[in-house]
Amino acid sequence: MSIKVENLSYTYMPGTPFEHQALKNVSFEIEDADFVGIVGHTGSGKSTLVQIISGLIKGYDGKVLINGIDYADKKQDRKLLRRQVGVVFQYPEYQLFEETIEKDIAYGPTKLGVEPEEVERRVRAAMDLVELDYDLYRNKSPFSLSGGQKRKVAIAGVLAMEPSILIMDEPIAGLDPMGRENFMRLTKSLNECGLTILMVSHNMDNLAEYTRHVLVMNDGELFMEGTPEEIFSDYDKLRAASLNLPEVAQFAKLLRAKGMDIPQNVIRYDQLKAVLMEKLGGKQL
Amino acid sequence: MMQNVTIGQYFPGNSFMHRLDARLKLVLTIVLIVMIFFVRSILGYVSVAVLVAAMILGSKIPFKMALKSVKSMWLVIVMAFVLNAFFVKGETVLVEWQFIRIYRESLLRAVEMAVRLVLLVMISTMLTFTTSAKEITDAIESLFRPLAKIKFPVHEMALMMSIALRFIPTLMEETDRIMKAQTARGASFDSGNLFSRIKDMLPVLIPLFISAFKRAEELALAMEARCYHGGDNRTRLKVFKLKGIDYLAMLIIAAEMAFIISGI
Repeated sequence: MSIKVENLSYTYMPGTPFEHQALKNVSFEIEDADFVGIVGHTGSGKSTLVQIISGLIKGYDGKVLINGIDYADKKQDRKLLRRQVGVVFQYPEYQLFEETIEKDIAYGPTKLGVEPEEVERRVRAAMDLVELDYDLYRNKSPFSLSGGQKRKVAIAGVLAMEPSILIMDEPIAGLDPMGRENFMRLTKSLNECGLTILMVSHNMDNLAEYTRHVLVMNDGELFMEGTPEEIFSDYDKLRAASLNLPEVAQFAKLLRAKGMDIPQNVIRYDQLKAVLMEKLGGKQL
Repeated sequence: MMQNVTIGQYFPGNSFMHRLDARLKLVLTIVLIVMIFFVRSILGYVSVAVLVAAMILGSKIPFKMALKSVKSMWLVIVMAFVLNAFFVKGETVLVEWQFIRIYRESLLRAVEMAVRLVLLVMISTMLTFTTSAKEITDAIESLFRPLAKIKFPVHEMALMMSIALRFIPTLMEETDRIMKAQTARGASFDSGNLFSRIKDMLPVLIPLFISAFKRAEELALAMEARCYHGGDNRTRLKVFKLKGIDYLAMLIIAAEMAFIISGI
């Protein structure tokens, strides 16, 4: 599903000394089945932005259209929005509350009014996606799991709602490198199944590897927008937004400084590998 | 969802009201609140209202904010008004309709009660608006110090209070976050009858309790790691000392007191 944001502005606690404008006139469009990364330093408005798109913050200025529908309109059914947009928050493991993993994952779909047999199928499918064995884990308490597994359960709880748009706020924060890699691969496969993905992250490496579109936020404004190649090769502009290049691009930059001719758009491992192989005259492994 | 709570909130600043000694502010606030219940004349209420207005001016907090705190207490004020208007007996009947009788005296009494409550709320909000939770607990600790002589754990009590106060905003933020997460999973918190509403709150309360316990444990560990122990021989960074403006404030409140008592 497509997302269209028009002239979006939002102010926290207007009219008090704590007034803070989190978003200033932000506009962009996201196509159906796109994989979008949102980056920006702390306090740049990323979280506010995704919460508004998810319909969790009301009272903003401007328009948010999900597949052409404005859910701020009172005539629209908000339940439909919940069905279409899944949200994974930062540290989602803190939202678990049921006695068993199965019940916790079933909470979302049940609330949406899905039939019990269908709920069970969805729980199975969601656990399968996050690689948790259904028969082994369904009756365990979510609180008996490790942090990484808890997060899997929480994400399965959102996936079981079968959204068309998946919004994630720093889903890989606090995961180990393997966990991060696995998670990004899972997200990619979901995206290939047709889900529109919006991912807020501080991890430039993962975003450079996997996303197809990047939005850079800075002080509540949309600072840059484009393909990962365009964004992650523009060192000066990224620094201006207090961000840094992904590791591969940093490495390429260092090589360039040493006089090696490496194209600007090299930001991924395989790209760099191919270029270096060619330059060094080595054989493909 | 929960960012619009104004009661009990501190507004940082450096105004006359902010600079007053916290101990004094606490004592004078209590004195003033008690005094409200001794006011017997309209002039007395006007004098208290003028004083409250002066306090707001002296705190540099917008009038609108101060009034907002009354707004959050409107239900209590309306209830007090209605109960007094309908149930206090008087002599002169104003309205008589079936079993309902409203007397002139009871109506006056109701208005008086509402005015008292509004003034009371405004005075106590002025204290919390201009005094940080830290200052209030320090003030309480300092005022209760003499009780330490009879083995009352003054320092521990003050510490408990300041920790509790410190974590209110954190827990509110946490509640907000969990509520949003569960809302995104299809939960709704504003529909259904009382029973189903309580049940709907479970997905928020359970994670909230879990994280609160976890926080408490972590805090205890952090304090222990820094060799924290009780109140004996601890010195403070900020020592309370009465200044010129404190004596001025005392004088003003004493004058108000004299005025109210003479009006009885």
